[in-house]
Amino acid sequence: MRRTRRNTIRAAAAASVLALVATSCSAGADRDENTVRIVYQKFGTFIAMDSLMRQVKEGFEEANPDVTVELNAIEAQAEDYQTQVNLMNGSPSEAPDLMYQDTFTINQDADAGYLMPLDDHFAAWDESDRFSEQEAEAVTSLDGQRYGVMLGTDVRGLWYNTELLEEAGVETPWTPATWDEVLDAARAVRSEHGDGVVPLNVYSGTPAGEMASLQGFQMLLSGTEDTLFDDGSEQWVTSSTGFSDSLEFVRTIFDEDLTHDPQDALDANVGTVNNEERFPSGEMAISLEGSWATQSWIEGANQPWPEWEEVMEFTPMPTQNGQGAGATSMSGGWALSMGSNATDPDLAWEVMTYALSQENALKFAVEGGQIPVRSDVAEDPAFLEAAPKAEEFAALVDITGFRPAYSEYPRISLAVQEAMESVMLGQATPEEAAEVYAQEVEGIVGPDNVTTGS
Amino acid sequence: MASVRPRRPLPRAARWVIPMAPALFLLLAFFAGPILWTVWASLTNAALTGAQAAQTEFVGLDNFGELLSDPRFRTATLLTVVFLVGCVFGQTVLGLALALLLQNRNGAVRAVVGAIVVGAWVVPEVVAGFVWYAFLEREGTLNSVLAWFGAGPQNWLFTAPLLAVVLANIWKGTAFSMMTYSAGLSEVPEDLKEAARVDGASGFQVLWHVVIPLLRRTLATTLLLITLQTVQVFTLIFVMTSGGPGARSTTLPLLMYQEALRMGDLGYGTAIALALLVVAGLFSVVYVWMLRKEENR
Repeated sequence: MRRTRRNTIRAAAAASVLALVATSCSAGADRDENTVRIVYQKFGTFIAMDSLMRQVKEGFEEANPDVTVELNAIEAQAEDYQTQVNLMNGSPSEAPDLMYQDTFTINQDADAGYLMPLDDHFAAWDESDRFSEQEAEAVTSLDGQRYGVMLGTDVRGLWYNTELLEEAGVETPWTPATWDEVLDAARAVRSEHGDGVVPLNVYSGTPAGEMASLQGFQMLLSGTEDTLFDDGSEQWVTSSTGFSDSLEFVRTIFDEDLTHDPQDALDANVGTVNNEERFPSGEMAISLEGSWATQSWIEGANQPWPEWEEVMEFTPMPTQNGQGAGATSMSGGWALSMGSNATDPDLAWEVMTYALSQENALKFAVEGGQIPVRSDVAEDPAFLEAAPKAEEFAALVDITGFRPAYSEYPRISLAVQEAMESVMLGQATPEEAAEVYAQEVEGIVGPDNVTTGS
Repeated sequence: MASVRPRRPLPRAARWVIPMAPALFLLLAFFAGPILWTVWASLTNAALTGAQAAQTEFVGLDNFGELLSDPRFRTATLLTVVFLVGCVFGQTVLGLALALLLQNRNGAVRAVVGAIVVGAWVVPEVVAGFVWYAFLEREGTLNSVLAWFGAGPQNWLFTAPLLAVVLANIWKGTAFSMMTYSAGLSEVPEDLKEAARVDGASGFQVLWHVVIPLLRRTLATTLLLITLQTVQVFTLIFVMTSGGPGARSTTLPLLMYQEALRMGDLGYGTAIALALLVVAGLFSVVYVWMLRKEENR
């Protein structure tokens, strides 16, 4: 009697251990082959992707009743979004089939083995000839393979409120030729409108993240004689005059009170507030911002602002002293990529091409304020009508620059943001901040991969 | 037949190991496992993405070497210690004061005060973070109140970020101290206090010479628990200041998050996690030492 009882206990214990082991092993069992899991970002003013993907799900499932398109919208800033996608990619059972991918992280993610090369699929696609050369460059990794198809690109420049500038005595259309002319306009706005209007927004500091680095700092640096990365020697540039001059610009606008109060500039939501509130309510005059700013104002936005076309104008960001082409721009862009663990790559590719079709690409270009990479979208009258600034943007495509898409870039970018932040808070002079940056970069990439600029 | 043959008794160890096996397995899998993984990861260059994610290599103590020469780590450690000392001190004083004041009050008073204080404790950290954000930000309640006295508005999260998060954490954590001290106080024999009063001791003298010495063990245990809770506070700080402005409220847990998840450097992030463990461990040693000293006396 006693023995059987003991045996029972023993058996129960063994069984429960086995059950635990079994469940822990079977977690993440086979994925359904007819389900295509798409992960994408939905955040702040950016709802165009969500709108596109909902349409893809509806349309594709209707045409293919046996297929399920599983949408996974991640509501987070770009940095957090990428972290979450990376974490998903780290576990094959969680990995998405398709993902919305920032093109500048393609190298890292391809190195990590998260992405599927798409050369064969793309070559066999009868619409592939409609994609521009720049598109191919942006989604091709350093090893020469294509890891995605781009949805759209962008340029950056100065958005301004014509009414506020005119009231301040600045002639419109405003075409500043140097940094000083930009600063002069900001000074005029400050003296005319006082504290009620932010004269000039330049994203700065770590809370703004990549916006500060790209829309802010690199838009300045690209207008100097220096660069962040020297393509010739393949080295990162530190201690350059251009670097210090760019920081000096940041120092000037904060020091002379030509921009936000630092505490507002360091609010992580500054971008959303700028475009959804400050511009529409006439509380901000000029902003160094992306071409996609219109997505906050068009019909279907969170807070539509139909009058924007009468008030808002776009002008290129001038170079420091008007040198070179006289204007500058930086570009990024997002693509659709396929996960290396895609359950059924052919099916995933089908969904992908459906999402990238002329009709859908047009919808995304309009709602997302994008510069199309498909020629048949760029020339479509519907696009030209819906995107009244398309011509101005297109003019910048020839002179625009791209970020150095190396896997160290995100850390370098953070070092840039920290340099800006210490300058805007008055904790360091531009020279001191540039010095700290030089040390940081050397620590990140090693002394052999650093060169000093002009 | 089998019942006739004298049965070989199970070895002593097996007798307790087998029934405990499921619990042991759970502990090993979900407690020891992650800790061991953390230690291992801190010795590698594990990353979220990039070539290191595909091919993680053992790098020995490189991460720790980098840690010691990283000024951000030094600043964060200092901030963590300040945060810790501020929170633990504030919570202990407030919690003990509340427990003493509530002693021997009537039920209604105890219930009302208890509910309010414990309310702060049961509120989720994210909510508590937003409550304090709304209170301290530039258009927040505190500035509205101060405006009556003619003070200009300022964003307290920007001007005094560390103080703001310390206050918020004390607000949230006081209930825990209060409850443990209340329990401790009820153990103090009434006749000892009475004897002291008969001998002419003032209220404060009774507290200092009779009550506190008897509370010492409760104090040490509570301090230990609060320290371990406080050292890992992440959500509250993240919601209120995200570690900013600059790095002025970046404590070790926030630095760990930034390095491991923002920068994708899991190896370095886990090294910071272990450093956090050392900070918590040092504080714990002090408390344990305090407790032992009392017992040997």
